[in-house]
Amino acid sequence: MSVLEIAGVSRWFGNVVAVNDVSMTIGPGVTGLLGPNGAGKSTLISMMAGFLAPSAGAVTLDGVPTWRNVEIYRRVGLVPDREGMYDGLTGWQFVLANAKLHGLADPEAASHRAVTTVEMDDARDREVATYSKGMKQRIKMASALVHDPAVLLLDEPFNGMDPRQRLHLMELLRDMAAAGRTVLFSSHILEEVEVLATHIEVVVAGRHAASGDFRRIRRLMIDRPHQYIVRSSDDRALASALIADPSASAVELDTDRKQLLVQAVDFERFVLLLPQVAQQAGVRLHEVLPSDESLESVFSYLVSSR
Amino acid sequence: MSDTRTTVPLAGGPTAGSAPRRSMSPINPVVVRLTLRVLLGRRRGLLFLALPALVLLLALALRWAAGVDHIVTVSYLSTFAIATVLPLLALIAGTGVIGPEIDDGSIVYLLAKPVPRWHISVSKLLVAIGCVTVFGAVPIAAAALLMSGTYGGIAIGFFVGAVLAGIGYCALFLLLAVVSRHAVVFGLTYALLWESLIGNFVPGAQTLSIQQWALAVTERIVTVELPTASVSLRVAVPALVIVTVLASWYAGRRLRSLSLAAEE
Repeated sequence: MSVLEIAGVSRWFGNVVAVNDVSMTIGPGVTGLLGPNGAGKSTLISMMAGFLAPSAGAVTLDGVPTWRNVEIYRRVGLVPDREGMYDGLTGWQFVLANAKLHGLADPEAASHRAVTTVEMDDARDREVATYSKGMKQRIKMASALVHDPAVLLLDEPFNGMDPRQRLHLMELLRDMAAAGRTVLFSSHILEEVEVLATHIEVVVAGRHAASGDFRRIRRLMIDRPHQYIVRSSDDRALASALIADPSASAVELDTDRKQLLVQAVDFERFVLLLPQVAQQAGVRLHEVLPSDESLESVFSYLVSSR
Repeated sequence: MSDTRTTVPLAGGPTAGSAPRRSMSPINPVVVRLTLRVLLGRRRGLLFLALPALVLLLALALRWAAGVDHIVTVSYLSTFAIATVLPLLALIAGTGVIGPEIDDGSIVYLLAKPVPRWHISVSKLLVAIGCVTVFGAVPIAAAALLMSGTYGGIAIGFFVGAVLAGIGYCALFLLLAVVSRHAVVFGLTYALLWESLIGNFVPGAQTLSIQQWALAVTERIVTVELPTASVSLRVAVPALVIVTVLASWYAGRRLRSLSLAAEE
């Protein structure tokens, strides 16, 4: 079994810090690297895959640095995010070329096995240029699996896949993890990571924001102050009724826009309470909007709370 | 650690024998084949036919207009074929064997392999040199034969010169493509501005010119006097060797630490 160790790693490009002092250990099983776009996920994966030198810190695979070390590719399979992949070749030729570049003893058998694993047998003799995005993703996957690697790194693998392909890939990754492999994939979609990953690492704005199983991450995301915008028939009466309950920590009356800004500390309690309080105070609710539900704000809360 | 991959078969499939087969040769046949496909499969591969066709057509036209005139042959081959067409071909081949793959990211499938990176650059250099020889040196020799027959070693002299210039140019342009995304601009600037323009006015600039080094060798073989060659053989040959070896070495080294930065 293989372990990727990221120890105090930073990476900057000129004045821009893409990854800021991140430490994490990726072991066997499926790990999800979760974060909004631009958080530094791809930069981290590039460093893990030996395609980018850390500006500070070290990235090692079983104790050996991944940078400038082509020997790691005997154990690492990489599914890049970018599309470029020798479009003039057929899927089969592409996978076979990868097998031969690995110097496998029986490249045909290995390619056959990999193409079958990703269920691309029927389309294997078509040119890569004619593939849909999901098919390209699968043939990339086959090329990364062809040498039976202990570590599989996937950069946004579910992008552009339809639900059926998504499920199939998830099943495949689960099987690989069950066989003792170290599988790491990045995503900006919480639900995707939640259903697949047994372990989640959250990065936001280049920082390591949270780490744990999905229950822990979900709890972290729910147990935070939520902001709501509420419009009602009588904002002032509703405000006084809401602040009387401990589930709300602040209520702001915005008379210009005729709305209430409510800060809820106990999310579940508040959601149940609001209609009751309104009814008791004889106030009609016109609109209730969560004002900061974007993934970015959820993530930045995680960073600021550390 | 390496045993786990043989004891844990890939889910759902039979275990393939994956004992590594090591090759000592720096020329990787898979890299050569993939590179040839990329280079000749693209539309700009048509230039590989258009440029030599132009060399041959002009040679025919000159032969028809001027008759057999060895001075015209030598002047045509050195100022047009070697000085203009050959660097252009080498620029297309030298940058084309690696630049597009770096641009579209497909190079990652070559680099994420247990293959020394300099094997990849040497294999690609070989493809570029092969193309320039087939589409540049051979048509130049054919043009010489069309215009002057086998007289004065012109055909063989210019063939050798074209091959040598092709090797030097390809090594340099491949290096440019590895270090810069604007390799074609830099390459054109060097070949057309430095070698052709400045080289014609500033004698010292000719000492630093692949074209002049190659022509120095040609001049040694050909019995007709060349209009331009001005560098001595004692400078030209070592310079050509040093530039080729250094450029190839540095390209391999840069490929070893090529950053494929993410686009987020």
